[in-house]
Amino acid sequence: MAGIEVTSLHKRYPDGTVAVEHVDLSIGDGELFVMLGPSGCGKTTTLRAMAGLEQQTSGDIRIGSRLVNDLPPAERDIAMVFQFYALYPHLRTRDNLAFPLRAEGLPEKEVSERVAEASRMMRLDQLLDRRPQRLSGGEQQRVALARALVRRPQAFLMDEPLTNLDAELRADMRTEIKHLQAELGTTMVYVTHDQVEAMSLGHRIAILNKGRVEQVGTPLEVYDRPASLFCAAFIGSPPMNLIDVEVSDGMMRGPGGLALTPPSGLPRDRRLVAGVRPEALEVTAAGVEGSVPARVISAEVLGDEIIYVLDSGGERNVRVRMPPTVRFAAEAPVGLRHAGGTPPVYDVNTEELVA
Amino acid sequence: MAIAIDEAVPGPVTDDAPSTRRRGGGARRVIEVVLLVVLAVAMLFPVLWMLETSIKENRDVYAVPAKFFNFDFTLDHFKDVFVGADGGRSDLSVSFLNSVIVAGASTVLATVLGVPAAWAYSRFTLKAKKDQLFFILSTRFMPPVVVVIPIFLMYRELGLIDSKLGLILIYAAFNVPFTIWMMKGFVDEVPSEYEDAAMLDGYTRLQAFWKFTLPLLVPGIAATAVFALIFSWNEFVFAIFLTSSQEVRTAPPAIAGLIGGTTVDWGLVAASAVVFAIPVLVFAFLVRKHLVAGVTLGAVRR
Ligand SMILES: Nc1ncnc2c1ncn2[C@@H]1O[C@H](COP(=O)(O)OP(=O)(O)OP(=O)(O)O)[C@@H](O)[C@H]1O
Ligand SMILES: [Mg+2]
Repeated sequence: MAGIEVTSLHKRYPDGTVAVEHVDLSIGDGELFVMLGPSGCGKTTTLRAMAGLEQQTSGDIRIGSRLVNDLPPAERDIAMVFQFYALYPHLRTRDNLAFPLRAEGLPEKEVSERVAEASRMMRLDQLLDRRPQRLSGGEQQRVALARALVRRPQAFLMDEPLTNLDAELRADMRTEIKHLQAELGTTMVYVTHDQVEAMSLGHRIAILNKGRVEQVGTPLEVYDRPASLFCAAFIGSPPMNLIDVEVSDGMMRGPGGLALTPPSGLPRDRRLVAGVRPEALEVTAAGVEGSVPARVISAEVLGDEIIYVLDSGGERNVRVRMPPTVRFAAEAPVGLRHAGGTPPVYDVNTEELVA
Repeated sequence: MAIAIDEAVPGPVTDDAPSTRRRGGGARRVIEVVLLVVLAVAMLFPVLWMLETSIKENRDVYAVPAKFFNFDFTLDHFKDVFVGADGGRSDLSVSFLNSVIVAGASTVLATVLGVPAAWAYSRFTLKAKKDQLFFILSTRFMPPVVVVIPIFLMYRELGLIDSKLGLILIYAAFNVPFTIWMMKGFVDEVPSEYEDAAMLDGYTRLQAFWKFTLPLLVPGIAATAVFALIFSWNEFVFAIFLTSSQEVRTAPPAIAGLIGGTTVDWGLVAASAVVFAIPVLVFAFLVRKHLVAGVTLGAVRR
């Protein structure tokens, strides 16, 4: 097993598209590392460069301590699972699993042992004699995972492996992958554009945007202190409220006078925006101490919680997450109050975290 | 095609329309059928006449008025196609053999060159790929008569005039662009992840293509090869300009050569035309699914 080190990766396709502008990543040995970003931000390209399926324009990739820039995929000792599972259509499950081992030239006895082990882990014993067309999407994905497992590679690369599954199966497979990775302790790089998947799976998450890394951190770090306005808007559902603030007399105030605790070391003379999570706000009855007047625009009742959308002092679409027991009618005059800790603050011009 | 699609899509149903439509529909239908029958007879009559002539006794061939039904049946004309007057092989049979060799070899050559090229065009990002592909296709827009003179001169320099090799090369050159275009569509349908997976499993790119993509392409290759084969088999212009001797000539100019003497043996012409047409019919039958797929490509593409 081995960590993966990516330095100054840049990839420009022959047609001129720059898919990866500049990416530095340091993935620890045994880590489950998630690359998260919107469509087209260069996740797949970065992953394929790690696998050797795409030659980077510049930059270095190390697997373990080995510089692999010029090694073909076959010699990098990594396994990849694709969004489209890429099981060989003419082979039965058993032979699909055995395939990479036979390609390596292992003796048939060891091949069948390893296939048996992988099929036990992924619970494929009933499916060993079927061909891919006769497997459901979830089953195909399990076979694809098992095929990655049998090789006992240095690292697993996964490119949105669950996108083609329905929501329920996806949640199951997520748990399964997380469990599997913990059990094997193999380094895994997992690409997704689904933030829930990223938060629930990753030891650490890298957020990519337009071919650059915006932030790397644990799920909680990424959630609590997004490093840029892009990350702030990308993580969380509903996302952070980005509220224009002004600093005066040691207080930070939003529109309508909403009081927020200012972090220390705020720069002066700059337009600032505070990122306030919906759960760090509170809807109260109108006129309650410490609240500013607001109006309910709409309420999304989700069962376990209600998302209120408020208009407060000209700041429209302030989202507040409340327990389902607290009900306010639409258009009702209410109060809005900050109830959390110090929010992260961003510079509007640089779009970066300032304090 | 547009007609077929229109009919496949159920139109909006209105309550008062059907009665008027049905009344007008009956007359319209009769006219349609009559027109189609006239068209079919006009199209098929030459074929029927060819078939009939090939099995008529000579005096019935020249009978005036023409005998449609009660003529004397014979297979002599077909025998004449293959057996010469001296009892040995006829000139025509040599031409047919030449056609088989030239069409077969040029198709194999075009396939061997075109399939890997199509794979490369499908899989790799290239500079100005669209323009390259368009250029390749545009070589097919050129009518053969336009290029036949320069090619004739070049061939004369190279000593390829009046040789089967010359014909094989020129047919392959004409079929490679077609093969690339048609095969690229088939390769596009095979997900490149198969090759990616195989490369991660320890194969080189070429091995991955050879072992995984190629087997999945076999039906496409067969269809493409048949189209190329039919083109080479039917080709006339190059054949008549670039070959002259009896030993090298392919069937199309040989059959055309039967007409034009002082007397024309129409029975022999018809019989050799039938023999010539059969392989094309067989091949067209084999690839009929792909013929239709090719025609409807624009409509059903994802
Ligand atoms: N072979 C290619 N040739 C040219 N451009 C490409 C190629 N592959 C990808 N791109 C471009 O590079 C950019 C990044 O693509 P990439 O596939 O890495 O995105 P992604 O983050 O994986 O997106 P998604 O979430 O949609 O899979 C995109 O703008 C894409 O159009
Ligand atoms: Mg992708």
